[in-house]
Amino acid sequence: MQPQLMMSSSFSVLRVGISFVMMCIFYMSAVDSLPELSPQKFFSTLQPGKATLAYFCQADSPSTSVFLEELNEADKPLQDYGISVTKVNCVTEETSRYCGSEKNVMKAYLFRGHILLREFPTDTLFDVDAIVAHVLFALLFNEVKYITTLGDLQNTENALKGKANIAFSYVRAIGTPEHRAVMEAAFVYGTTYQFVLTTEIALLESIGTEDIEYAHLYFFHCKPVLDLTQQCRRTLMEQSLTTLNIHRFIKTMEAPLLTEVAEDPQQVSTVHLQLGLPLVFIVSQQATYEADRTTAEWVAWRLLGKAGVLLLLRDSLEVDFPQNANVVFKRAEEGVPVEFLVLNNIDLIVSRVESSMHIEEMHEDEDNDIEGPDMDIQDDEVAETVYRDRKRQLPLELTVELTEETFNATVTASDSIVLFYAGWQAVSMAFLQSYIDVAIKLKGTSTMLLTRVNCADWSHVCAKQNVTEFPVVKMYREGENPVSYAGMLGTEDLLKFIKLNRISCPVNITSVQEAEEYLSGKLHKDLISYSSVSVLGLFSPTMTTAKEEFTEAGNYLKGCVITGIYSEEDVLTLSNKYAVTLPALLLARHKEGKIESISLANVHAQEIVQIITNASLEIFPEITVENLPTYLRLQKPLLILFSDGSINPQHKKAMLMLLKEKHLDSLTPCWLNLKNTPVGRGILQAYFDTLPPLPLLAVVNLHSGGQVFAFPSDQAITEQNLLLWLKKLEAGLESHIKILPAQKWKPPLPAYDFLSMMDAATSQHPTRKVPECIKETDVQENDKEQPEDKSAIRNEPTGTLRKKHWNRSNWFEEAKKQFRHDNKEL
Amino acid sequence: MGLSAAALLWGLPGLLLTIALHPALSPCPAQASVPAHRDYCVLGAGPAGLQMAYFLQRAGRDYAVFERAPRPGSFFTRYPRHRKLISINKRYTGKANAEFNLRHDWNSLLSHDPRLLFRHYSNAYFPDAGDMVRYLGDFADRLGLHVLYNTTIAHVTLNKDQRAWNGHYFILTDQKGQAYQCSVLLVATGLSVPNQVDFPGSEYLDGYESVSVDPEDFVGQNVLILGRGNSAFETAENILGVTNFIHMLSRSRVRLSWATHYVGDLRAINNGLLDTYQLKSLDGLLESDLTDLAIVKDLEGKFHVTLKFLLEEGNRSADAVPLPQDDNDNFALRVGYDRVIRCLGWNFDFSIFSKSLRLSAGGELSKKYPLVKASYESKGSRGLFVLGTASHSVDYRKSAGGFIHGFRYTVRAVHRLLEQRHHGVTWPSTKHPITQLASAIIRRVNEASGLYQMFSVLADVVLLEENATAFEYLEEFPMQALAQLEAITGRRARHGLFVINMEYGRNFSGPDKDVFFYDRSVGHTEDAWLSNFLHPVIYYYRHLPTEQEVRFRPAGWPLPRPTAIHHIVEDFLTDWTAPVGHILPLRRFLENCLDTDLRSFYAESCFLFALTRQKLPPFCQQGYLRTQGLVGTESLHQHGVESGLLWDYATVGRGVSGQQPGDHGPGQHPLAPGPPVSPFDSNKEEL
Repeated sequence: MQPQLMMSSSFSVLRVGISFVMMCIFYMSAVDSLPELSPQKFFSTLQPGKATLAYFCQADSPSTSVFLEELNEADKPLQDYGISVTKVNCVTEETSRYCGSEKNVMKAYLFRGHILLREFPTDTLFDVDAIVAHVLFALLFNEVKYITTLGDLQNTENALKGKANIAFSYVRAIGTPEHRAVMEAAFVYGTTYQFVLTTEIALLESIGTEDIEYAHLYFFHCKPVLDLTQQCRRTLMEQSLTTLNIHRFIKTMEAPLLTEVAEDPQQVSTVHLQLGLPLVFIVSQQATYEADRTTAEWVAWRLLGKAGVLLLLRDSLEVDFPQNANVVFKRAEEGVPVEFLVLNNIDLIVSRVESSMHIEEMHEDEDNDIEGPDMDIQDDEVAETVYRDRKRQLPLELTVELTEETFNATVTASDSIVLFYAGWQAVSMAFLQSYIDVAIKLKGTSTMLLTRVNCADWSHVCAKQNVTEFPVVKMYREGENPVSYAGMLGTEDLLKFIKLNRISCPVNITSVQEAEEYLSGKLHKDLISYSSVSVLGLFSPTMTTAKEEFTEAGNYLKGCVITGIYSEEDVLTLSNKYAVTLPALLLARHKEGKIESISLANVHAQEIVQIITNASLEIFPEITVENLPTYLRLQKPLLILFSDGSINPQHKKAMLMLLKEKHLDSLTPCWLNLKNTPVGRGILQAYFDTLPPLPLLAVVNLHSGGQVFAFPSDQAITEQNLLLWLKKLEAGLESHIKILPAQKWKPPLPAYDFLSMMDAATSQHPTRKVPECIKETDVQENDKEQPEDKSAIRNEPTGTLRKKHWNRSNWFEEAKKQFRHDNKEL
Repeated sequence: MGLSAAALLWGLPGLLLTIALHPALSPCPAQASVPAHRDYCVLGAGPAGLQMAYFLQRAGRDYAVFERAPRPGSFFTRYPRHRKLISINKRYTGKANAEFNLRHDWNSLLSHDPRLLFRHYSNAYFPDAGDMVRYLGDFADRLGLHVLYNTTIAHVTLNKDQRAWNGHYFILTDQKGQAYQCSVLLVATGLSVPNQVDFPGSEYLDGYESVSVDPEDFVGQNVLILGRGNSAFETAENILGVTNFIHMLSRSRVRLSWATHYVGDLRAINNGLLDTYQLKSLDGLLESDLTDLAIVKDLEGKFHVTLKFLLEEGNRSADAVPLPQDDNDNFALRVGYDRVIRCLGWNFDFSIFSKSLRLSAGGELSKKYPLVKASYESKGSRGLFVLGTASHSVDYRKSAGGFIHGFRYTVRAVHRLLEQRHHGVTWPSTKHPITQLASAIIRRVNEASGLYQMFSVLADVVLLEENATAFEYLEEFPMQALAQLEAITGRRARHGLFVINMEYGRNFSGPDKDVFFYDRSVGHTEDAWLSNFLHPVIYYYRHLPTEQEVRFRPAGWPLPRPTAIHHIVEDFLTDWTAPVGHILPLRRFLENCLDTDLRSFYAESCFLFALTRQKLPPFCQQGYLRTQGLVGTESLHQHGVESGLLWDYATVGRGVSGQQPGDHGPGQHPLAPGPPVSPFDSNKEEL
C-alpha cells in the first residue's frame, strides 16, 4: 500500500522516478504474485462483463521484468475497480494470436468478458499510473469525453446546460499521475457529472487560464443554467490534481453553496470540516438579512472549494459573542476555538481563508523539514525567569519612584538609595525584586529612603547621574558625593551595605571604654553580623597624615567593613594593652573572639584597604555563592571539604591544625555546606559524575590546569592522612580524577543569517519567475493581491522563507501577527 | 529702448548675473578697516544657526552669528505664506522619556532647558509660523546666544594664511563695510531665493512669495498653479473654496510624503486638491515640463497656456498666437486663466560667496543646494560647513536633514567634529563591558531621537576593544563619513565595529508605491529583514570600511556590505523591547559576530561554572567574579527550575549518595556551553 499511496499523492515526475526505484527494490521478491496462466486457461476464466487486463509474454523472457513489476503493482488498485490482471504465459504448445511471435513486442490486452476492448503496447504502460490511467480511460470511454478544440468544449457545455455539471480537466499527457487521478475520480463520479478531458494547451489557454504549466481541473456549474446564452459558472480547483484533492473538491461542489444556521458556531459541522476545510460564518441580523445573504452568497462563490460558507442568524442565537464581530472563522482542526473577526469587505474574508490554508499546507511539510535548533527559544536564564514572573505584582510602593521633577529634591532632602533600572532590561528587573525584598526587610527601621528610577522613562535623569548601564545602585547622603554600590546584586549584600552605612566610617571613638565596647562588638551589636571584623585605628592626636590615610580607607570600605578611629590623649592605654606601636590597627574577629593588631607605619590609604580586606578573609571559610569571588582572588588552588550539613568538628580541627602548621599556605582551604549551598551537588556531580559519599575533600586547581584531585574516600580525614596526601599531591604522585573543561564560551546558537537571505532574494529575482515551493495557488493569490509587478516580485522570497517560519511558529504567534495586521488595517 | 536691445541679446540670465555681481564688487574699498576675528562665524540666525550657536556657546567657543533681520527666524516671519507650519507639534506621546518625545517633536531645537520645548509655545498640532518666530527669539535670548542682528553679510572671501586653522581665513563683509575674519564659517542661510523658471510669459506669473493670501481675491477665478510641492498645495488649499477651478501643473507627478516617507513631499494636510481632483470637482493636476511652456495674455486679460515652440514665429498676442488647442481641440489646458501662480520652491543664495570659496551647486537632483561632503563640509574649501536647510543635499528626498527635526542633530554632529578637529575634544562616548552591548543598543533604538529622525544619515557606532571584552558607544555619527571615523571622532576603530541605523524596507518607500498593501508588515523574527516600516538595522564590520568601499557600496545600501547584518523586526509601537521578539535575536547576532556567549546568569550558575570550568562566560567574569553577581530571588529561581534553565540542586540526589539522579542529573548545567566543536550539538542537551 505504501508505494501506491505515494503514487497517488505524488505530483512531479521526479518523485515518481524515485518511488519507482523504491518499488523495484521492494517488489523484487514478490514479483510472481500475479496469476500466471496459459492462454487456454486464461480464456476459460474470463467472466462476462468483467474487465481483465492480460499481459501475454514469452516464458522466461527477462526483458519484460520491469514492466511486470509495474503491472504487478497495478494489480491491487485495478482490483479495487473490479479489474483483474493476469499474466499469460505463451507456451509453445498453445498458440494464440495474442502471443505473437518471439520477435514482436509483447502487448497487454484489455477484455470485458471475452470482448477485446483495447490493446496496449507495453511502452504506453510505462508505470503504474499509466497502467491505471489507460485502463480506466478505456473502460470509461462514455463517461469521460476527450476533446481537442474549444468548439468541442462549447458544444458539450451547451448540451449540458440545465442538465448536469461538468468536470473539465487538462492534463499534460495521457498516462500521467494527474490523468490517473482524473480517471479515478471519473470512475466514482462519472455518472453524476460529465467528465471532459483534454491534453491541448491551446484549449486551456482559450478559456483564460494563465499558468498552463500544471494540470487543471475546472468545475462547470451548468446544471443551474437555464438560459442557453448564459455561460456556465466555473470554479477552478486550486490544489494539485490528486485523487484525494479531486474527491474533496467535488464533494464541496456538491455541498450546498450557502447554509443558514442559528446555532453555536462551535457546534456546527458540515461536510467541509470533514474534508479538512474551514467554515466561514457570515453573521446576519434580522434587519439586514437580505443584504447579508447577498454578501454571503458572494463570499460563498469566492470561497467555493476552499471553505464552507454559512449564514449565521444572530437574533435567535443563544451564545454570546463579540458585539462587533461580523465573521466567525472556524478551522477544520478539532479543538481549535472559533475566531471572531471584524472583516469589512469580501476580499478580507477571502484572504483570511486563503492565508489560513497557506498555514495548513505548510504544516504538511513540517515533518520533512530537518529540525534545526530553535533560535527563538529563550536560553538566557535571567531573561526567561523575569519574563515568566512578569505578571506578579511587586509591592513597588515600598520604594519611592523618582522622576525628572522629583529626583533632585528627594535625594537632597533625605539620605537615599537609588536603584537605576530599565523596565525592559532583564538583569535590572531581576534585581528590582531583591531591592523590593530589601525594602520589605527595612520597612520602618531605616532612615535611608529607598527609591528607584526607571531609566526607560527618565533617561535624562539617569544620564545626568552618569548612569548609562543597568542596574546601578547609588547612595546619596547630604554633603557627600554619591557612592555607587559595588557588591553582589542581592538582598543580603545590599541590606548589609545599607545597614553598615548607617554608621559613619570610621566611627569616631571618644573613650577607652567605648573602644573596648567597640572591639567587643557591644557598640554595634546589631551590625557585627554584617561585618566579619571590626577595625579600630589607633593614632596619637598628632599623627595627622596617618589619620587622614586611615579615614580615607575607612570611607572607601564603608558599607563593607566597620571601621573606627581612636586618637585621644590616652590612646597609649590601648596600644599598650594590645602591645602595638602607634599608628596601629586592631582587628576584632567577633566570631572567633580574637583581636589582632597590625602596625601601620607609613602606610597609604590604598594599602590600608588591602590590609583590611585581606584581614577580613577567614582562614578556613565556609565557601558560599556570595563569598567565592573574594577567595578566588587569592589565585590559589582550593582545598574544599564538601559536607552535607555542618562540618564535623574533628575534620575542622584537623584542617585548622594543618593551617596552623603552615602546610596549607599554597592552598585556599575552605568547606562547603550542601545545606546552605545546594549547588555544591552540581559541582560534585561534575567532579564525580555520581554523588559520592560525604564528607569529601577535593583539591581544585582552577587557575592552572583545572585538575581535580579527590582525597581517597576510604581514608579518614585526619591531620596525618591529609598531610601525607597533600605531600603526594605536591610530589605529583596523585592522579587527578578530572580535568575541568577549558572550552571558550561560544554563541549558544547561531543567529539568523539575514545577509544570505538578502543575497538569496536578490539572486532569485532575475532567474526564476516563481520559486518552486510556492504552489500555483499562492502565485495566484499574489497576483490578485498585488497588482503591481514589483511588489509581487518582492514577495517571492518571503514565500520561500515563510515556509520555515510557519513550521516553527505556533498558533499563538500567528494570532499575534494577525492581530497586528488587523490593527494596522484600522 | 537701447536697454531692451541689450536685454534681447543677453536674455534674462544676463541681467541676473549683473545683479549678482553688483554686491560682490561694491564693498572692496571698505576692506581697509581691521577685521574683527572670530573662531566661528555663523551665517544666519534661523533654527540651524541658533542651534549651532547653542553648541558653540555651551562649549565656550569664540563665535558670532550674523543675521540681517532684527530678530531670529526672519524666514518664518513671511513663510509659509498661509502661516501654518506642517511640522508636527506632538505634545503627548504617553511617554515620559524626553529623548523619545523628541521623536515626535518636529519644531524644538536641542538644548538643556526643558522650557525651550516647542510644546510650550503652541497647542496646535500644526502650529502657526508666528509661534516659531517667537520660539526662536526666546531661544536666542534665554540662552544668551551671540547674534549680531541687522548685519547683512554681503560678501564672503577667502584669505590664505598659514597660521589659520585651515590654512585660510574667511573674510565676511557686512553692508556697512565692516569685515570679520573667521577661522571656521558655518553657513546656515537656508534657501532664500525663490525658484523661477524662465519661459515666454513668465512675467505674468504671481510668485508664491508675493501672491495674495486673501481668498477674496480669487473669487470666481480660474487659477493655474505651477509646482506640486507643499507650497503649491498650500496655496491651492487656501483658495480651493472660492475659485471656479484650480489646475496644477508641474514637471513630474505628485509625490505623496506618506508613500515616500520623505517629509518634504506633499503632506496629507495639504492635499485637499487631490481629493477634489479625484472626486471630479473641476480641479485638476497635470504634468508637463515647465521649460517648454509659454503663457500668453489675450485681449480680455486671460492667460493661455501654450508651448514655447509654437511661439517661435510670430508675435505674442493671444489672437495671433497658435495655441495647442488649434490642432488638438481637447488639449487639457485650453481654458483661459485669470491667474497663474508660481510655487516652485527656493534655491540657496550662492551670490554672496566669492569664487575662491569654490562653493558649487549640488548634483542634478539637488541643484538648489550647495555641494557638501557627508560631514557637511564644503567640497571646495576646508573649514566651511553648510548647516540647516541648505545642507539637505546630503539626504535630499531621503531623510529629514532639510528640516528642523533633522538638522538639529546634524548640526550637533558638525559641532562634535569641530570640537575634535580644533580643540582635541574627542567625540563623546561611553565605555561599557561587552555584556552591556545588547542593552546599550536596545536602549538607543528605543529612545534615540536623532537616529529616528535622521534615519540612514546619522547612525550610532559601537567600537570594539581588543578581544571584544568592552566597547565604546558613539552616538549619531554621519554614516556616509564612516571611512573617516577615526579622524572625525578621534577614536580608534581597530577591532571591529557595529553601526546601528534605522531603515525603511528596501522597496517600501517611493512615489506611487502602495504603502498599504496587505501583508505589509512582518511579525516573525526570521522575516525581520523584510520589515517595511522604520526599524533598526545593525551592521557588523571586522574592519573600518575604506572610502572606496563606502563610495562603491551596493546600490540601495546606506553602507558597504557588512560582515554580518541584523534587522530588528519592525514594531507597530516602535517599541523594540520584547524579550524574545527583539532582544533575543539581537543577542544571538552579537554573540555570533563576537564569537562569545552574551547570556546573563545568576550568581549560583556563575558559582557552579567557577568551580567546574576553567573559563567563565563574560557575564560571570564581568559581574560575579567582581563580586557583583546577580543573586536573584526565590520566586525567580522557581521559575528558572520550571523553565528547565535552572536546576533545583536541593532535591538532587539528596540522601541517596552514589545513586544516579535520573535523567535530570545536573552533571551538565542546562546552560553550560556544549562541546567546543559544534555549537549545534549542545542544543540537544539544552532544549
